[in-house]
Amino acid sequence: MSEQAMSAANDFYDLEAIRADFPILQEKVHGHPLCFLDNGASAQKPLAVINAMRSVYEECYANVHRGAYSFSEQTTFAYEQARRKIQAYLNARSEKEIIFTGNATGAINLVAHAFGRGLLKAGDEVIISEMEHHSNIVPWQMLRDEKGIVLKVAPISDDGAFRFDEFKALLSDKTKLVAVTHVSNVLGTVTPAKQIVEAAHDMGAKVLFDGSQAVMHMPIDVQDLDCDFYVFTGHKLYGPSGIGVLYGKEALLDAMPPFLGGGDMIASVTLEQSTWAELPAKFEAGTPPIVQAIGLGAAVDYVSSVGLERIARHEQGLLNYATQQLASVDGLRLVGTAPAKTSVVSFVIDGTHPHDVATIVDQKGVAIRAGHHCAEPLMHRMGVTGTSRASFGMYNSKEEVDVLVSSLQKVKEIFG
Amino acid sequence: MAIDLEELVEDFSFFDDWEARYSYIIDLGKKLPPMPAEEMIEENKVRGCMSQVWMTSRVEGDPAIMRFNADSDAFIVKGLIAVLMQIYDGQSPADIAETDAMEALSRIGLESHISPNRRNGLVAMVERIRADAAAQLG
Repeated sequence: MSEQAMSAANDFYDLEAIRADFPILQEKVHGHPLCFLDNGASAQKPLAVINAMRSVYEECYANVHRGAYSFSEQTTFAYEQARRKIQAYLNARSEKEIIFTGNATGAINLVAHAFGRGLLKAGDEVIISEMEHHSNIVPWQMLRDEKGIVLKVAPISDDGAFRFDEFKALLSDKTKLVAVTHVSNVLGTVTPAKQIVEAAHDMGAKVLFDGSQAVMHMPIDVQDLDCDFYVFTGHKLYGPSGIGVLYGKEALLDAMPPFLGGGDMIASVTLEQSTWAELPAKFEAGTPPIVQAIGLGAAVDYVSSVGLERIARHEQGLLNYATQQLASVDGLRLVGTAPAKTSVVSFVIDGTHPHDVATIVDQKGVAIRAGHHCAEPLMHRMGVTGTSRASFGMYNSKEEVDVLVSSLQKVKEIFG
Repeated sequence: MAIDLEELVEDFSFFDDWEARYSYIIDLGKKLPPMPAEEMIEENKVRGCMSQVWMTSRVEGDPAIMRFNADSDAFIVKGLIAVLMQIYDGQSPADIAETDAMEALSRIGLESHISPNRRNGLVAMVERIRADAAAQLG
């Protein structure tokens, strides 16, 4: 095969084959084919994930890390294999650096407790940004109120871009942690993660990224980023709900006290005192989300088999097409037009409320999100009370963008 | 059910497609008497994830009836408020407390809008209407 032909083969994105892997995409809503554009809230699941979970329940289910019997060993193997898959997906140095949690919120709260309450003191500063999801605001406000840390907020520009220079000006030797999103759930803005880490590390601060909206859109290499923590949720990455991941550098996780106490996280327990288990068990008290973790392992296998670079190229194509086509809707204004964006379009339409928009397009089978997207401070910053948001995933098509646009024309008709 | 819903059910029975039904609801919303600006304050807000609703209630007359003012920033929600006003406004506290809005709206095919999984403020509004009525009954 010639080099050109090879490259064309690599570029080929078999959308129909991918769509066929997601059984739910065959469903109809109000008599119309499902046009699922709310992947930023939660993505649909491929058969590979559904089957992986089903086969655990049908063939070898048992609790992990406990029994000496065959099923417990098999399930434990599958659970720990899922951890190694996530390790590889993030290119973490060691599987000990991968902690399973319930979701990204659980992972951030783990850091706020174990790192925040364990290692920070009054007067220490934590920096977040104006475009955080509530899950990366509230835990730090709670920590502030409890420990007397100082919470600072890095601003964004009117187009939704992260203002790196303004952020840098907030850094000082008092800064102990920078906790910012890698990709905004509302605007799709990609933050300059590597630069943020370099600047923060220069001041001796640790860095946490909320990657919940990033891990399904682009390859993540935590060693290359050199971040200290990276969290994400499984259900937006085509995996099941009920599973999240905390990546943390091993030395840092070792230095942190445990968060939840209970079974599986101890080395020994007497009625007087206990000693902690090694990583990662130290942070996984109680029976973990076993089958969900295995499902997430299957999800990253699936995403990797399609290829993140190819997914990113396809989604950027959708983003460009949607941005262009939405411009044809009279009175529509995009909210969030930063140069570096994932495949998310948030918008408002003159004379309509986002809730009205979402209700009407639902009648055409189109699923989009409306509201403040759990990011009220960002809504305030952008001067809106809410937006409508279409967020595209690997299985969405240009035809679905057309369906969205024509259903928005219908909204215009109805609201005049 | 003490409140007579026949007229409302009949009004909605004319529409055979969703577009006509929504257009009618939006029109009802447009005709909803405006809520006094001084009442559209934080205290009277019924919080929802997708849209905002403001609501106040008061008792008038003897025998007592309940009167409501309500508004929303979303047009369809405003129209649904108008429907709820047709059901509840001017009724006695006892009749209100007895009337299940979910059942009423299901008769006109609008029940999904106030099912508890819709966090649109309307659900909370119905709860508040009935709580206010129940409070009058002591």
